[in-house]
Amino acid sequence: MIAYVRNIRQACTSIFDGMAVTFSHLFRRPITVQYPDRIPRRIQETLPDRYRGHLEVDLDICISCRACEKACPIECIVIEDVKITKDSVTGVDGKETARVKEPTRFDINLYKCMYCGLCVEPCPTGAIRFTKEFEGATDDLSRLHLRFVTPERREAVLRKSEEYEKEQAEKARKKAEAAAKPEGGKRVDPPSAGEESKEGDME
Amino acid sequence: MQQLLDRFIESRGWTGDWAIELVYFLGMLFFAVALLLVVVTPFTGIVSWAERRIAARMQSRVGPNRVGPQGILQWAADGLKCILKEDLIPEDADRILFTAAPYLVFSGLFGAFAVLPFSEHLVIADLDVGAFYVMAITSLVPLGIIMSGWASNNKWSLLGGMRSAAQIISYEIPGALSLLAVVIAAGTLSLQGIIRAQGWSPADWFLFRSPFLFTGFFYFFVANLAEGNRTPFDLPEAESELVAGYSTEYSGMRFAFFMLAEWANLYVVASVVNVAFLGGWNVPPIAEGVARTLLQIVVFAAKSLVLVFVIIWIRWTLPRLRVDQMMLLCWKYLVPLSFLNVLGTAVWMMIVPEGSAAGRIASWILVLVGLSLLGLFGLRVRRNLKDADVERPRLSPIA
Repeated sequence: MIAYVRNIRQACTSIFDGMAVTFSHLFRRPITVQYPDRIPRRIQETLPDRYRGHLEVDLDICISCRACEKACPIECIVIEDVKITKDSVTGVDGKETARVKEPTRFDINLYKCMYCGLCVEPCPTGAIRFTKEFEGATDDLSRLHLRFVTPERREAVLRKSEEYEKEQAEKARKKAEAAAKPEGGKRVDPPSAGEESKEGDME
Repeated sequence: MQQLLDRFIESRGWTGDWAIELVYFLGMLFFAVALLLVVVTPFTGIVSWAERRIAARMQSRVGPNRVGPQGILQWAADGLKCILKEDLIPEDADRILFTAAPYLVFSGLFGAFAVLPFSEHLVIADLDVGAFYVMAITSLVPLGIIMSGWASNNKWSLLGGMRSAAQIISYEIPGALSLLAVVIAAGTLSLQGIIRAQGWSPADWFLFRSPFLFTGFFYFFVANLAEGNRTPFDLPEAESELVAGYSTEYSGMRFAFFMLAEWANLYVVASVVNVAFLGGWNVPPIAEGVARTLLQIVVFAAKSLVLVFVIIWIRWTLPRLRVDQMMLLCWKYLVPLSFLNVLGTAVWMMIVPEGSAAGRIASWILVLVGLSLLGLFGLRVRRNLKDADVERPRLSPIA
């Protein structure tokens, strides 16, 4: 009988307490983050610095060394490049790096990419890197095939390459002339120099 | 409506202008049903939205807030979605029972609206056996639930149906007994009569009429929760055990009918409790005519909605009972206590006649007890809020 009454008392007090707890929750602010639209800042801005989002390439500092292409375990990076006149670029860490080639094609298949980061690590200039963009949902798969070299840029690079070839041809011609003068036509072979440079383009 | 019905019966039907009477009668019937459907359906929809919002806030979430201002049209979107869904009937199901069950559940609850008053004059039918009628017509609901459970040919559905039957049959007893105590005090089974036996001030409510009726209120409320399959008595549709219980195999509009019935039931439960214990539409004599009727509607709706809120609030506070606990609560606690209640009410009526000084003093003491309980509750809530109001480190980088 005592247990009976105690049960009733316990039931009443615990329901009373429980309902006080839930009622007090009505006056607290919800902690829900209403992604994607009803948030004070874009969610991308609030992500941590080392977040692995979509890849991006800064072609102005890319030296087309192909370290990323070789590092990629699933071959989602494709690079084609041409030789250009040697110049230098400033990497993201401030170091000067020599550049002898420039890409005419730099594609990343984001729908293959597994965001492992192995391409980012070997990059000598920091040209390839992660962004904080992660919203890749699309109804068109080809949108995830990122082509970083625009047709205009490709044209510009090809022009540079032509200049380089002319230069090389000029050099080879001068060399040949210089060689021809003192020794009278020994080992003169201008066309082969041109062929060499063409082979360089094909790489 | 009632006089019309009486006249129709008295005229013995098929003499004189029976055709006109019949058309008029059917027209009135149709009008009443249409009016109720037009009022009840959006009400259940809005309650479903309110329930989700309240539940969300109790769990520190936001809840549906996108469709319409603050998401108030969410129910319309949900209904539309249900209409567009395919109406599936399992291959091995009993087709006739399967298709009929949702309508039986819905009509069982909808039938209760026939006697539920909205104000002194706004009631479809003021039956002399109103309280009895409510108990009886809502008993169609377990029938529909068992039908759906059986016809689905699915073990979860069948288990849900069986549980529902066991539960509703058990809890009818304390529910009916607690209502019986009210009927003893009021001296009538008519819902309007029960309301008229009370007054507008809390001291005149049956809730505070005697200590027995005061406790009876809680028995009646708990029994009604159980009959309506509301948490903590939602064993028939326990998601974690039975998928969705008897409604597992239903889709589209049939499923929507079950949901509609569930939320219509909220209002039925709330207004029956309101009628029996909280004075119904009684208002202080400050207005006449139409203003009085409007005031009555507002008062009645306000009381019912507060009770609806309490039911929702209980659902999101208490965990589900086990089957044996559910039965234990009914047969070992509620049934004996409500028997005691009936007896106690009868004895109280003899010792303390209605309207006597002792009765009034007892009522006011009970009102004070009720108010102090509310005050204690308020303090409790304030303490909980204060406890929660501590600075916590933000774990999430977001927001």
